[in-house]
Amino acid sequence: MIVAERKPFEEIYAHAQKHKKILLMGCGTCVTVCMAGGEKEVGILASQIRLAARERGDDITIEEHTITRQCDDEFFDEATARKVAEADAVISMGCGVGVQFCAERFPDAVVYPALNTKFYGATIEAGVWSERCAGCGECIVDQFGGICPIARCSKSLLNGPCGGSSDGKCEVDPDNIECAWQLIYDRMEKLGRLEELEDSKPLKDWAKHRDGGPRKVTREDVQL
Amino acid sequence: MSEAIAVTELTPKSDSRLERILNAGHFAVTGELGPPKSADVEIIKTKAGYLKGAVDAVNITDNQTAIVRMSSIAAGLLAMKEGLEPVIQITCRDRNRLAIQADVLGAYALGVRNILCLTGDHQCFGNHPTSKNVFDMDSIQLVAMLKQMRDDKTFACGDAIRNTKKQPVVEPRIFIGAAANPFGDPFAFRVMRLAKKAKAGADFIQTQCIYDMDRFKQWMEQVRNKGLHERVYILAGITPLKSVRMAEYMRDNVAGLTVPDPLIERLKNAEDPKEEGQKIAIEQIHEIKEVPGVSGVHIMAIEAEKTVAGLVEKAGLLPRPE
Repeated sequence: MIVAERKPFEEIYAHAQKHKKILLMGCGTCVTVCMAGGEKEVGILASQIRLAARERGDDITIEEHTITRQCDDEFFDEATARKVAEADAVISMGCGVGVQFCAERFPDAVVYPALNTKFYGATIEAGVWSERCAGCGECIVDQFGGICPIARCSKSLLNGPCGGSSDGKCEVDPDNIECAWQLIYDRMEKLGRLEELEDSKPLKDWAKHRDGGPRKVTREDVQL
Repeated sequence: MSEAIAVTELTPKSDSRLERILNAGHFAVTGELGPPKSADVEIIKTKAGYLKGAVDAVNITDNQTAIVRMSSIAAGLLAMKEGLEPVIQITCRDRNRLAIQADVLGAYALGVRNILCLTGDHQCFGNHPTSKNVFDMDSIQLVAMLKQMRDDKTFACGDAIRNTKKQPVVEPRIFIGAAANPFGDPFAFRVMRLAKKAKAGADFIQTQCIYDMDRFKQWMEQVRNKGLHERVYILAGITPLKSVRMAEYMRDNVAGLTVPDPLIERLKNAEDPKEEGQKIAIEQIHEIKEVPGVSGVHIMAIEAEKTVAGLVEKAGLLPRPE
């Protein structure tokens, strides 16, 4: 999923303060799972804004509204369009895709982001999400025991650990980052495939990554 | 040890003096010169003066520990003017394959004959932690790219290294170096990584500084078992300790670096820890000389270039061969 976290309250409030009627729009997909921008988080943020507005004497009304997916046209229904039209501004609790898609869908609306979108990741324990994929456009995890060195090594190294691997940890942040190459080594050893790591990997084709420019996937067979 | 690489038919790959010295079977000595954090030429002249005659070649670091300094090529050229042979360090952190190849052409055109290929410290350790890193490639791919440029006379993309089809191929003929850390984890991977560097085309290896001699010898045994000492020249890293604080700092803050307690005790009990550090370094050099498969030492006297000549002399490694 796409993992995001909410922006600091004051940053969001600074946007809210400029308007009287705000539509706070949540998203029911990834950011609901990572507890950053679903219906529940919309409720919490709305209450915080209302409380702050009362304390600071600002005149702000908040309408709460969460749709199934902000990255899909079909969920922006008529009721949503009406709510957007009635509001002075939209604060989107969708990811970076959702907030942009919302702005694209409603070109006349002022749309603010309430989240910082972080990465493609997984829930590794309750309340902890961790990056797993960098969207490089050419999956190579089969060569590394199912562990991606592009996303999980701080330097995206393809040919083994740098000198900064110590006790299974990455020197960039030993408390929080596991050395991807220790993980790869251990897994390949367990699989009896260590000798495969002796082959040098050639230069990567980064053109398939974001370096080739913004990307698009087209499936002609499902196009209307 | 002179038998490190069988002196059979050694056709030089470059005009490097370091290569010539190693090919002749001499126990090589390389040093290190950190460029200034300014455009101050005098600092380079002074440091070069300390190192001249004491070492066969000098590594010029490339934004070491991710702190901005004068470019390694520019500082290397200034060191060359002072009579030193530079080993230009190139990291993969700050430049992509276009920039690195352009710099290699430029460095060679200016007379540089040795390049050390490094992945590079992460920028979070330096003075621009909010910068974007590159890591278009890693050190092994960089070694392979330099070898391709030298031996296949082509760029990474496959194009011939010539200005136009009518003009001659003029490839950079570089003596290619790489680093090895015998102390990082996973330990078993360390020799594999050295093997990959040798296979990619490294001609010489300089190791991380050694304090844990037992682990280094263990690593060298693995290196010999794989016959890697016959494929690359291995120069063992030496950094003289200057104080107890420095020793503890190295032990606690440099990933994969161990400083055994007896060494720290010696410094603690010494009247002059700096002098004791020099003594330890001399003992280390003597011990390293006896390790089969080691072709030389790489002395990294961090901001202590002044002490190198004395150290090399006391270790019995002067005069240096021509």
